[in-house]
Amino acid sequence: MFIATRRRSRSAAALVLLVAVLGALLAILAAQPAHADTSTADDEAVRCALVKPTDDDTISILGRICDRREKPPIAVPGVAVTVEDEDGNVIGEATSGEDGTFVIDLPGTAIEHLGKSYTVALDESTLPEGTKPEITSRTLSINIDNDQTVLFPIGDVGPSKPSKFTEALQLAVGGLVFSVILAMAALGLSMIFGTTGLTNFAHGELVTFGALAAFFVDRLPGRIEVGGAEITVIVGVFAAFVAGGVFGWLNDSALWRPLRRRGTGLVAMMIVSIGLSLFLRNIYQYFAGAQQRNYSQYGAVQPWEIGDILLTPKELIVILLGAAVLVAATSLLQFTRLGKATRAVADNPGLASATGINVERVIGIVWIGGAALAGLAGALLGVTQGFDFQIGFRILLLVFAAVVLGGLGTIWGAIVGAFVIGLFTELSTLFIDPEFKFVGALLLLIIILLIRPQGLLGRAQRIG
Amino acid sequence: MPDEQQERPDSSDEWAVAQPVSTTTAGPAGPAGPAFSVDVAASKRALADVDHTPGVAKPDPILKADNVVRTFGGLTAVDVDHLEVQRGVITALIGPNGAGKTTLFNLLTGFDRPDSGDWSFNGRSLNRAPAYKVARMGMVRTFQLTKVLSKLTVIENMRVGATGQRGESLLAALFAPLWRSQETDNTERADGLLARFLLDKKREDFAGSLSGGQRKLLEMARSLMTEPELVMLDEPMAGVNPALKQSLLGHVKSLREEGRTVLFVEHDMDMVRDISDWVVVMAQGRIVAEGPPDAVMADPAVIDAYLGAHHDTELTFEAEEQILAEAEAEIEQEAHSNE
Amino acid sequence: MDWNDLLTGSLQQALGPTAAVYCLAAIGLNIHFGYTGLLNFGQAGFMMIAGYAMVTMSTIWGLSLWLGVLLGIVLTIVFALLLGVPTLRLRADYLAIVTIAAAEIIRQVISAAKFSEDLGGQDGLTGFIGPFREVNPFSEPVGIEGVVMWSANDFWVMVIGWGLVAAACLITWLLMRSPWGRVLKSIREDEDAVRSLGKNVYAYKMQSLIIGGMFGALAGLVVTLRSATVGPSFFATDVTFFAYTVLLIGGAARVLGPVAGAVIFYFLITVLDLFFGQATSGANPIIPASIMNDTQASLMRLIFMGLGLMLLMIFRPQGLFGDRRELAIDAR
Repeated sequence: MFIATRRRSRSAAALVLLVAVLGALLAILAAQPAHADTSTADDEAVRCALVKPTDDDTISILGRICDRREKPPIAVPGVAVTVEDEDGNVIGEATSGEDGTFVIDLPGTAIEHLGKSYTVALDESTLPEGTKPEITSRTLSINIDNDQTVLFPIGDVGPSKPSKFTEALQLAVGGLVFSVILAMAALGLSMIFGTTGLTNFAHGELVTFGALAAFFVDRLPGRIEVGGAEITVIVGVFAAFVAGGVFGWLNDSALWRPLRRRGTGLVAMMIVSIGLSLFLRNIYQYFAGAQQRNYSQYGAVQPWEIGDILLTPKELIVILLGAAVLVAATSLLQFTRLGKATRAVADNPGLASATGINVERVIGIVWIGGAALAGLAGALLGVTQGFDFQIGFRILLLVFAAVVLGGLGTIWGAIVGAFVIGLFTELSTLFIDPEFKFVGALLLLIIILLIRPQGLLGRAQRIG
Repeated sequence: MPDEQQERPDSSDEWAVAQPVSTTTAGPAGPAGPAFSVDVAASKRALADVDHTPGVAKPDPILKADNVVRTFGGLTAVDVDHLEVQRGVITALIGPNGAGKTTLFNLLTGFDRPDSGDWSFNGRSLNRAPAYKVARMGMVRTFQLTKVLSKLTVIENMRVGATGQRGESLLAALFAPLWRSQETDNTERADGLLARFLLDKKREDFAGSLSGGQRKLLEMARSLMTEPELVMLDEPMAGVNPALKQSLLGHVKSLREEGRTVLFVEHDMDMVRDISDWVVVMAQGRIVAEGPPDAVMADPAVIDAYLGAHHDTELTFEAEEQILAEAEAEIEQEAHSNE
Repeated sequence: MDWNDLLTGSLQQALGPTAAVYCLAAIGLNIHFGYTGLLNFGQAGFMMIAGYAMVTMSTIWGLSLWLGVLLGIVLTIVFALLLGVPTLRLRADYLAIVTIAAAEIIRQVISAAKFSEDLGGQDGLTGFIGPFREVNPFSEPVGIEGVVMWSANDFWVMVIGWGLVAAACLITWLLMRSPWGRVLKSIREDEDAVRSLGKNVYAYKMQSLIIGGMFGALAGLVVTLRSATVGPSFFATDVTFFAYTVLLIGGAARVLGPVAGAVIFYFLITVLDLFFGQATSGANPIIPASIMNDTQASLMRLIFMGLGLMLLMIFRPQGLFGDRRELAIDAR
């Protein structure tokens, strides 16, 4: 009895810890934009600054041309810049201003540009005498509907491409952001699969639900403020986590638990989940419409410059928050009584039940936890790249890829798989056209299954 | 028995099918005529001279295995140095739970791949042969948890068993005249077997509707449709009601009378004692004893294997505590290695 | 509400060329899933390959459309082989994920801007239909006055489409009564048992994947001929799911299941579509625009379809007509 109470309190403590970490990180995120707002006004004239992105319907290419030979670097004005599309048509021109910056608005709305890539080039003849750009053109692929920032550092080095290493680092940042989000969704899917055997094709809709829940909070009239900083979206993200959990509980108790009780086969349940996915996706579209949406905050955040790498505060926060949540979730599974029970159920439900574990209760909690993680993933996906009614369905395959890659039903497998897929997706654009990055990840999945059918961390099964 | 060796048909892949089908001529429920020319009595006699040591050589082995090792993670499930199975007799493979019997079955029949090892059937190497090829060579197995084809009728279950069916190739399948006569022959043979295994009343029922014992019978009957020379039965008695056990025992013996070799895994010691000519004992993946049933069951090594090495010393309270703690630690470790 | 319009319009769709397309796709899935137990969620990929192969034969190389049909079939077989090699040894759920991924790979590559010169990118390709329409024996609209009426072109596609359906059903029937079909059904029940009886399960699964994929290819060809254009939007993941719904309505592992399924599916879908379309249109709609506008009305059929698929699988997994005891798929 005593032991049981102590263990329960330990799992409660872990939960409290998780909530505290979540809260702290969200608080940093809350403080961030306020800070960014104040800093931009200061020293534009002295240093060559970045242009602040605007949060509107169009995509602008924001750039800066800096002479790195000076300390601090100085702006290079009067340089002609052009933007070309994939067919080589010039679709925008500008000349760098006194602060070395330029802004080129892409014609049309943001949606039209998604998935396309553009080349931003400097006209070398307009550069001042004696200066040499390290690079004279950069190719951008538009994956999100925010403004894009490009840098043209100028120095003595002579014309050369930015090192693959720098480029790889920059891509790895995006890859990490995507990985942690993917990992949260994948962990939920894998836990649910592990304990119930259900391959849930409606898991993407749990992700979308999170994005929509946060959006709902965001669209409530009024702002939520703490100490002068607006935290509406942060509350929204938190709400997505909670609402996701509730939605998961609803999913399980209204649909899956009765089906399990009837002894419905796994394949049949898989098909039911396809129906559910179709149903929910269209319900979402019914109420939220088909357009791409963004939250009211963090759509446009000024990036930090760390060496040659650009990192926005929200990216950092997403990475840290995601990592914290993943650590907390895996610790819960690893060390608490409930976590052990979960793993026992995943390993052998019959045996777990015989040893006095309430299997249905464990499954119920796994559904709540898994769906909460999926909801959080959806909200963070919305924060980083915007969302629409089928954001979850669109990443579902990658989530599956991550889970299968790591080994269906294994906890670490899902996380490892998510990082492999997430980083591979972004880093592969070093070598292949960005429009094929998902194709690359899916091919990777097939190749790995060819070599290791049970996934990276899965176990082979015995027959007979 | 070199003369017997010569009598066997030469080993083409499909020879078992080309065999004249002797069981079809046997009347319903009547004793089946010999399918293979093996002198059962001679085979049994030959075993009398064999030493009772693990891995001992047999006078006329149908199956030989050397250094077969299979590990799961850090656990060595099977580590068999040498094993020979005598032709024409019933050999039992016994051992405590987790001794690696089923895993060895899986390895020998191509359902699992070993880490290393060589084994051969009728002198032909089976290394890395896929399961279906093993079955076609005349070495067929059943499963611990019976695998009947639930949504097919009993007779359809039987028909699937026949090998070398012309209608099983995609192009020929479209033209019934190409396979109809063979189908009729197979059905006749299947009906004979159903009668012998007392399943003829269930002919048109879905196999899924059969009782546990009937499923065992069906699985055994179906495996005979492949005309096997070696039948490997994985726990034929598990889940069978006692009333049916005697009849099942009779069926296993009748396989021997037909000249087939039988290797079976069993926990039911009465059955082992009753029908087996030779017993192989496994413990912790290794073969620890071999010999005729009575000799083996009196062997202290076997008793140790079943009851643990210290079964004769009375457990003190402390010792019991320690064993429990060890068991717990093991479970914990298992749980960790499963992640 | 014009009930007559509702019924005739739905009948028109239920017998129309698109129903034949989904019927063919579902016949393929019936071979895969209904008989062999293979969860192929990439049927749209098979359809897409065939459709594009046929079209590009004439648009890129200027060769005959009919040669394109042949190429389409050959490429589907190649695709089935490529897909089968890594996946057919895997568990059913893995197969489902890999096939859905493979279909998505095909779709993203074909619709890529990089290849838009040859493959038309997101917009797809047109301008190949001439040779098909030239041999159209019908020159007048065909149908029953006041009930159903199809344009000459549509009717020509229908004749081809339902003709192929008939042929596919005949082939399915011939195959499934044979020992070959019996091995397939046995694999669906328990592949280890089949393996233990000396059958090369892998080879049979591969054959099943190819045959079913070829029926999928026919579906891709017909949908392309029907629209006189080919584009990535015809072959989205949901198309496979619709085909599964068709299959399950009619009942898996029944030769004529997909036919009944396609007709019923299209009838119901169109009824819903027309009903909500009418209910939200006009100056004074039955359902006020604040509750449902016409865009939302167009979603209703998909909402109902999702719901229908769930309820069907839960309460009548054997299909609308089947006998539960004969239910062939793992649903209990």
